[in-house]
Amino acid sequence: MAAGRALRLRGMIRKETLQILRDPSSIAIAFVLPVVLLFLFGYGVSLDSYHVPVGLVIEAPDAATASFRGAFEHSEYFRPVLYRDIRAAEADLAAHRIQGIVWLRADFERRVLAGDGGAVAVRVNGVDANQARITEGYIQGAWLHWLEEHAGVPLRGARLEPRVWFNAALISRHFLVPGLIAIIMTLIGSLLTAMVVAREWDRGTVEAMMVTPLHIGEMVVGKLVPYFLLGMGGMLFTVALAVWQFGVPLRGSFALLLGSGALFMLVALGMGLLISILAKNQFVAGQIAIVVTFLPAFILSGFLFEIRAMPVPIQVLTHVVPARYFVAILQSLFLAGDVWPVVLPNLGALALLALLLFALVRKKARKRLA
Amino acid sequence: MTESVLEFSGVRKVFRAGKARVVALEEVSFRLRPGVVTGVLGPDGAGKTTLMRLAAALLVPDAGRVRVLGHDVAAEPQAIQSVIGYMPQRFGLYEDLSVQENLDLYADLQGIPARARRARYDTLLHMTGLGPFTRRLAGRLSGGMKQKLGLACALLREPPLLVLDEPTVGVDPVSRRELWAIVDAQVREQGMSVLLSTAYLDEAERCAEILLLEGGRLVAQGSPRAFADEVAGRVYVLAGVDLPPRRLQRRLQAVPGIVDALLVGDHVRIVTAAPRPPALQAHFPDQPGLRLVPVSPRFEDAFIARLATRGAEGAGAPPPAPPAPTRAAPPPAGTAEDVVIEVRDLERRFGAFRAVRGVSFTVRRGEIFGLLGANGAGKTTTFRMLCGLLPPSGGTARVAGVDLRHAAARARARIGYMAQRFSLYGNLTVAQNLRFFAAAYGLAGARRRARIDWAYAEFELGRYRDFVAAQLPLGFRQRLAFAAALMHEPEILFLDEPTSGVDPLARREFWQRVNALVEAGVTVLVTTHFMEEANYCDRLVIMAEGRILAEGTPAALRARFRTPQNPEPTMEDAFIGLIEEAA
Repeated sequence: MAAGRALRLRGMIRKETLQILRDPSSIAIAFVLPVVLLFLFGYGVSLDSYHVPVGLVIEAPDAATASFRGAFEHSEYFRPVLYRDIRAAEADLAAHRIQGIVWLRADFERRVLAGDGGAVAVRVNGVDANQARITEGYIQGAWLHWLEEHAGVPLRGARLEPRVWFNAALISRHFLVPGLIAIIMTLIGSLLTAMVVAREWDRGTVEAMMVTPLHIGEMVVGKLVPYFLLGMGGMLFTVALAVWQFGVPLRGSFALLLGSGALFMLVALGMGLLISILAKNQFVAGQIAIVVTFLPAFILSGFLFEIRAMPVPIQVLTHVVPARYFVAILQSLFLAGDVWPVVLPNLGALALLALLLFALVRKKARKRLA
Repeated sequence: MTESVLEFSGVRKVFRAGKARVVALEEVSFRLRPGVVTGVLGPDGAGKTTLMRLAAALLVPDAGRVRVLGHDVAAEPQAIQSVIGYMPQRFGLYEDLSVQENLDLYADLQGIPARARRARYDTLLHMTGLGPFTRRLAGRLSGGMKQKLGLACALLREPPLLVLDEPTVGVDPVSRRELWAIVDAQVREQGMSVLLSTAYLDEAERCAEILLLEGGRLVAQGSPRAFADEVAGRVYVLAGVDLPPRRLQRRLQAVPGIVDALLVGDHVRIVTAAPRPPALQAHFPDQPGLRLVPVSPRFEDAFIARLATRGAEGAGAPPPAPPAPTRAAPPPAGTAEDVVIEVRDLERRFGAFRAVRGVSFTVRRGEIFGLLGANGAGKTTTFRMLCGLLPPSGGTARVAGVDLRHAAARARARIGYMAQRFSLYGNLTVAQNLRFFAAAYGLAGARRRARIDWAYAEFELGRYRDFVAAQLPLGFRQRLAFAAALMHEPEILFLDEPTSGVDPLARREFWQRVNALVEAGVTVLVTTHFMEEANYCDRLVIMAEGRILAEGTPAALRARFRTPQNPEPTMEDAFIGLIEEAA
């Protein structure tokens, strides 16, 4: 009996592998899509701002304003545009030619020397709130920096001394790219798997396969193994690109990354299998997989949008999105290290979801048509 | 104790779709005769596929019991599935795996030991003629080869029971014969029991036993001979008639007491309601030479007689009266100047694959012109090019004097097109479908109402007016599709596989309507894979692998294969002969 089982599993796994190798779309989803997404999020989408056009209004040029102007001109964050008059700058701000205004009045030098912190007036275009806050922060940073370096004036009262941990340079790519790994694995594990299994229903091959000694469990395992390996391949490929192409640091252990990736892959495969069993139709399975697995992984996992900033009901909802737990693990492993208090509860949640999904698959999968 | 191979007792199976309940099988009981081929026959929707799936333990009955080789399908499905052989309607092949890989997969799944494989492969590959193609992808095989590969996969472990669901539908006659030879050999040499469903009535004669299903009930079980005996003395061929067979057939259908009139070769064959010759002289005063020649009945005669009698008694549709001409009849001339469709060197490539090549023919006004061939022969591709739906890769096609590539819209107003599988809006009602198609053809106001009323009356669709199209019986869906194609009274009709999957009775009614239209001057171009339907055509081409093998009248094509051993060859004989000549 054991020999028969090994034979049947071998047959299933070989068949699935051949089908993957011959279907360009599986390879594309596993290897081409990660590249596209990584480049899109690595280079295209960025939460950072560089070369922000900022109007510098200098009413009375002198040594102090020249030094301040130099600080802006040498910063990669700004592209300063000079004005003599605040009105011209305000007109350009209204016309979206510049993002903000830094107004140095005629008494700039005197007030700086007097140690007066209110010597600079700043206006920022607040239409894009996110961009405005970033611009404001940059200007403030530049001002504080200049005061210390050039004016040599100690500020009165308390001083703010910011220290950014984990992502010292505040490069948003370092935060986005690890999360992408969860998205890509969801695509392979859930979308691709749901579609290929449903394809067997569409083409009527399931019927012929059912009328063989193949057990339903063997059928599920035979389907899982090749797609598990494909998904892990996609993950390793993405990690390699992240580390070597995008310079994202990997501070945690690789073994832990691999282990938690494998667990997440099982969850994703469980969702894909369950969808295909319930849908039995390629088109419907694809639609369900996108709505139920891919979009939540994108929006509700904390990969792109901070979960704590969401309304409470949505926050509650994110707990059933498996990607949420994996994104948290990934961000810790890449940027902080093996932070067990973060990793362990998330791993536990993933394990629970995997058990639940496979229990459902086991219950729903039948060697029967209706 | 001897267990029967397959036994149904009081089986009922109900399917639920939302609120709708469909009783697929009701009170079905039988014991399969071991060691022979048992055919499952019946009209569409009679429950044939449900019965096959129950036998394969893919479904569980809602009431009653199904036992296969001593196991109950509800209790021990795996025990059954582990030993029987099963081929579903679509063969169950992986098209992206090669012939060998498909065989290997099923050998693995069926647990055939490695040392036994070589010999079994050799036997099956030899039997199916697939030996030279082991490395070819299954998706690249012809329909007939796919079917044989599917059968080979089901036969790998020499099952005691083989279940084949419509294994021959849409497959060319040569492959059909080969399939039967393989099945017969298994029965003879291994003593295998075979359960096989089919839509081809002529295949019934090859079975030892027939299960006749109707509306989910098993109405009869017996040998084909026993069925034929039911209509003993009621089957005749007409002789001494000076009328075109099609015209004769139409007039016979109006005679009371005749349940079936069928074109067979050059003759018309009739089945009467009572076992005595009908008084035809009163209906054919113009045919003094008319004689009735009694012939021995076949299964098909009994099958049609049963269905037709039921239709007349129950709520079923009565045989339709011949439809009124849709237009003031133009002369049904067939002169050379009256060419309506002209096709020259038509070619269509899909990548490296040439679906159609070097196809040339002309169709004259008022003709029924047929494209005959198996699935995949290029019939539908040719059709789509003629209708302007697909640009040709080479050659020209002119319909009603217009090249459809350039003036498609103008020409389309004059053609009616009935697509394969009846392109209707499944979730609209009959009335909504008719209104939509009438509007799409630019009919409005009184004319639209008149045409829709005509469709209700002509196709007896009135009582289905508010039915959603998807829920219609297949035969009525076909009528609705036909009505939709006729809304704008086209001069030229393109009918793509209009009778595929429709039961024999509905097919006969369909051809009556086509005949009536042609007599009213409409030109009809039709594709079919039913060889015997070729007899309805004035002229036809036989296609295989994208090419035309022969062109001519049905009589002329058949006559080419007349031999002393086979003085009256059928169209199937002619087709097989042509394929063999081409090879």
